[in-house]
Amino acid sequence: MNEILVSPGLQAAPAAPGEAAQRGREVRIDVRRLNFYYGTQQALRNIDLPIHSQEVTAFIGPSGCGKSTLIRCFNRMFDLYRGQRAEGEILLDGKNILDRDVDVTSLRARVGMVFQKPTPFPMSIFDNVAFGIRLYETLPKSELRERVEVALRRAALWEEVKDILGHSGMSLSGGQQQRLCIARAIAVEPEVLLMDEPASALDPIATAKIEELIDQLKGRYTIVIVTHNMQQAARVSAFTAFLYLGELVEFGETERLFTNPERGRTRDYLTGRFG
Amino acid sequence: MIPRGVKYIRRKAVNWGMLALSGTSAVFGLFFLFWILGVVLAKGGSALDWDFFSKLPAPPGVEGGGMANGIVGTLLLTVLATAIGVPCGLFAGTYLAEYGRNGALANTVRFISDVLTSAPSIVIGVFVYAILVRPLRGFSGFAGGVALAFIMIPVVTRTTEEMLQLVPNALREAALALGAPYWKVVVNVCYRRVLGGMTTGILLAIARVSGETAPLLFTALNNPYWNFNPMYPTGTLNVTLFNYAMSPYNDWRAQAWGAAFLITLFVLVVTILARIVVSRTQTGRTPS
Repeated sequence: MNEILVSPGLQAAPAAPGEAAQRGREVRIDVRRLNFYYGTQQALRNIDLPIHSQEVTAFIGPSGCGKSTLIRCFNRMFDLYRGQRAEGEILLDGKNILDRDVDVTSLRARVGMVFQKPTPFPMSIFDNVAFGIRLYETLPKSELRERVEVALRRAALWEEVKDILGHSGMSLSGGQQQRLCIARAIAVEPEVLLMDEPASALDPIATAKIEELIDQLKGRYTIVIVTHNMQQAARVSAFTAFLYLGELVEFGETERLFTNPERGRTRDYLTGRFG
Repeated sequence: MIPRGVKYIRRKAVNWGMLALSGTSAVFGLFFLFWILGVVLAKGGSALDWDFFSKLPAPPGVEGGGMANGIVGTLLLTVLATAIGVPCGLFAGTYLAEYGRNGALANTVRFISDVLTSAPSIVIGVFVYAILVRPLRGFSGFAGGVALAFIMIPVVTRTTEEMLQLVPNALREAALALGAPYWKVVVNVCYRRVLGGMTTGILLAIARVSGETAPLLFTALNNPYWNFNPMYPTGTLNVTLFNYAMSPYNDWRAQAWGAAFLITLFVLVVTILARIVVSRTQTGRTPS
């Protein structure tokens, strides 16, 4: 975000090539030969993809390319729907989360998710954030308050809501609601944070705030973001994966992928020739 | 500037015609509603005195008497029906919306529930007579409560289901994404979201059964005395009203109007309560 705001003459040199790769050498999630089906219709084909620890990885591609489908595999959200199934491996710290013996609830405690539309629960702001914490821990009140405050501070919402914690989460503005959802997701201290087009329902100012927030959170969490906004991917992510028709066309450091795409199809998409 | 061609005039005319038609229909319906309410109020209001609420029915030919036992009986049966019908309907509706969805069992339950909703209440009365009154060898308040519960269950079931279907899937996913088990998502998120609508549905179902008479004729029967044992026949306002209204005695008929007024009032109060619940929960704010 900041880079975009700096005037062209003063534009800071982009991070030295390879820097991101060095920082993010550790792979947190390793996707191997992933296929995904909606009933008989195949939505993802043979995806191989590393997600680097403590970095932001963006999924881009035209509508229907499978980017949301892919991100929803990382916390097995598709389990909710009959007929949706994934084949292959998604290794989270070496363990395949698609295995049957994986406990989905504890997986989701480690892999949090923020959705496209803000989804505050019909309860107070405090209870919204405390909801996830209460699922796993029984804390004394003072400690719970502290955890809620920390989460709200990290989500850059504390100053706006500290006096109205008892108000309904649904009484906040759209941008505030989305930050509330982010606070709720990080309150359970996940390792990975999935964001499925987290800013697409927000106005530009709220979007800028969310992007700033992503920038602050990336040191602490491994973040995967789906976006149909290419500028957003360029601004917030270190790595970008370009998907098209259920296939991973190209994956690499964002800087390199945007300035010098290897595949013709990536170049066509980035230059707006389709999508 | 504004085009005033033939089409425009035609459109205006159709608009006026439709407005007049719908307005007349509304007035037509309201006219009878207020007529009924007016007659019930005029004839029933005057029959209500302290004796009506405090005394037992008087034998034929004896002046005075009241319906104290019937008032209590109606309340008891309604409470009994609610205690059986609401949990049953809630769970069934939750199953349909959250678990069964479009499965074969869910579709069957949904269909049967719809059939049951429109089943004549007298049929339900006869049914309960066959499964409870005859085997137990006696009319009872319990059987009456069960009959009323059978009328309630499909109403509460479909209300619960329809309300839960209004909960956006994104909300369920958001709660699941935090690692909540599904039952917690349903109880802590979905139920909360539809609390107002569900309360309204339940109150309307209560209002509906509190006026039912036919299913009680074969089950709770009637009883001119105090009775708090659910295994004995129990007097209710509705059945007493039915008996009194058909009687040749003038003071009984007057008291029947009183009972009619009281039942109408009860339904009205419950319905208004339901509306208040709706308007309270639609503000989207919880008190801090």
